[in-house]
Parts: sequence; structure tokens; C-alpha cells
Amino acid sequence: MATVAAVIASTHHPFYYRASTSTGDERPPFADEWVAKITAFRETLTRANPDVLVLVGSDHFHQIWLDNMPQFLVGKAPFYDANWYNEEREFGLPRMFFKGDENLSAHILRSGLDAGFDLAFSNELRIDHSVTCPMITLRPEADLPIVPIYTNIFAPPLPQPKRYVQLGQAIREIVESWPSDLRVAIIGTGHLSLELGGPRQFGPHGPDPEFDRKAVEWIANGDIEKALGEVSLENLWEPGNATHGFLDFMLMMGTAGAGEKADYVDTLDLFHTMEAYFTWYPKGAGA
Amino acid sequence: MSKYLLDKFLYTVDRDPELVERYREDPRGTVEWWEAERANVILNVQAAEKSTWLKFDDVEREALATHDVPKLFELGAHPFLTLTVCIAMFERDYQEPLGYQLYYAQCLSNFKLPYPDITT
Repeated sequence: MATVAAVIASTHHPFYYRASTSTGDERPPFADEWVAKITAFRETLTRANPDVLVLVGSDHFHQIWLDNMPQFLVGKAPFYDANWYNEEREFGLPRMFFKGDENLSAHILRSGLDAGFDLAFSNELRIDHSVTCPMITLRPEADLPIVPIYTNIFAPPLPQPKRYVQLGQAIREIVESWPSDLRVAIIGTGHLSLELGGPRQFGPHGPDPEFDRKAVEWIANGDIEKALGEVSLENLWEPGNATHGFLDFMLMMGTAGAGEKADYVDTLDLFHTMEAYFTWYPKGAGA
Repeated sequence: MSKYLLDKFLYTVDRDPELVERYREDPRGTVEWWEAERANVILNVQAAEKSTWLKFDDVEREALATHDVPKLFELGAHPFLTLTVCIAMFERDYQEPLGYQLYYAQCLSNFKLPYPDITT
């Protein structure tokens, strides 16, 4: 059976690419520290020696639209083009291209459906920065086949938080039951407190540093029970109107496992939002 | 009232470079053209099978025709869509990094929690 080589949860900040590649007067003062933290974070994936990447993210109204909105969708394609015109325009993100692992996609779909998750699928998916940002930060060579999984954290009504946790748990079990000798890293990106298009956006810190402090503690300690006890669809608006992206962190807590402390934790307090980086090495993964 | 149609307008403009420029230069004309020609087109469906029932009410049409960000926020347009298309149109007019984004936040400073519902 396949080995889960690493479980990684991260924020996805679309400004990282431009900040890290800019020079001279264009280079923001926080760029060097950010690059140093990302370089250290990248090493946590590299040393897990993965063969395949499962990437959990959320489409930002690119290919997925309100006339046809799945809650959870698995990409099943041999290849994926990536990044969109408005991401080039606003963030300077490059066009990217990835190979898919259709065999693992098929296994996740079949096993997920049989486990009670009515997963949607896509045979032609152009992926966006929720998936390409972690590739840029963690695997810029983009040389490994991927399986993208999209969640709806964006367009209410959303599933309940516990459903994201359950799906994360299921993804872990499903990957571990994949008849393959490959090493799979499961990577998911979301947000801590975040405001987009509202009065609290683009402040000197994230909109709710106290939420961020608690959230980092829940994730680092694998404290799913506490997170589920404090987070609801109704109160996630309070730390910031885009904070439902935290549900993807909750999914990754499910993947990492209840009570599992992260082996690597780092944060960076940036303008607009706090960056947070977590890596778990499952027992027996041999990282 | 149709939050969905507001969102559909913002979404279809945001993904089309020509429409972004057209909406910046002629917001009222663009909204009127779009409502007449595009509002009922189901994305990824042949034009012959378009919808027959989608239209803005007067408040929605006026909010879009005047780039009225606070009104769009009040009406429950998806804040990500409004922000993204507005950055595409107006960020270029500000010299400082994030100058437009901070101005945009200031324009919404009268809104307190809970914000208007964006559920479609």
C-alpha cells in the first residue's frame, strides 16, 4: 500500500511569487524573511521524498461557478494547466502545467464515494492559486504528478466544519489503502483570519490576531475537538469575511489525525494576513 | 433582487480583459449592454438555450452603473468578486502599493458585523 510521506498544511498567499522574485526598489522589505521561512518549509517536503502530491485547495470562482457548484471535487485528468488571467493580472503569477496521477484520482473517487462522500469530479480542470501557491513554495520544480481536490469555502451554503474534518480523515485512510508502493504527500492550503472586499482588509496584520493565535495552537496540537467546539459556519465571519478558508486547515487537521502534534510549525506575521506553515511526518513514513 | 445576477456580472467582467476596460470606461453602457445581451446566457450552454428570466432591479443596475462599492456590499454581492474586478479597474490609478485596496476598505468603514448576507 502507499505510504503517506508527509501531511502539510499552509496558508496560500498569492503575493509570495512576486515578493520573492522582485529585485531592487520593487522588492518589499519583508521579502527576505519570507523567502527564508519558505525555504525552510520547503525542506520539510523535500526530505519526505514524495512521489505524488495530493493538493487540497479551493477554486476562487475560476472554473467553478454558482450555476454548478460542487462542495467537494476531485480532479481526474492526465494533465492540469494552471493559473488564470486575473491571477496573472493581480498577482503576477506565471502559467503552470502539471502532470496528473489518474490512478490515484480514480482510487480517491471510488473509495470516497463508497465511504459516503458524494464527490464531484472533473476530467478537465484548470487549477488556480490555491493549488499553485503551495507548488511554488514547496515544490517549485513542479516535477511530481498531482491529484487536486477542491473544497467549497467560498460560496455559501457550505458543509459544516466537521464535514471538512471527516473528509480529511477519509483522504488519509484512502491514500493509505491505495495499492501502490509510492510515497504520497498530502498538502492543503487555507487561511487564518482574512478579510477580502470588506472594511478590515489589508491592515497591518490579519484582521483578528487573537483568532490566528488560537488557530495556530489548535493546528499545531492537532486539537480537532477544540477547533470544532469553537468554530461554526456562523461565527467564522467574525475574524474576517474570508476566514471560511480556515475550513481547509480543519480538513488537514483531519488528515494529520486527532491529537497529532505537528513536527514543524512556523508563522510569519505579514500585512493583511498571518502566514502559517505546518508539517507532520506520520509514524513509519521514514522521512 | 438577485445577488446571483450581480455576482454573474462581476464574474463575467472580471475574467475578460476587454470587458474590464469597457466597464472601467463606460460603466452604465456596459451594464445595459450586458443585461440585454449576456445576463441570460448560461455559461457553457449554447445561446439558443439561454434563460428567459434574469434581470437587475433598479437599485442593482444603478449600483453597477456607478461602480458603487458600498452599495454592492450592502446588496450582498460577493465581496471577493467586487474587490477583484475593482482592483483590475482602479489599482492603476494609485501610486502607493495597496493604495487602492486601503481606499476601498475606507469606503466600507461604516459596515459593522454582521455584514450583509452573500448567500445566493
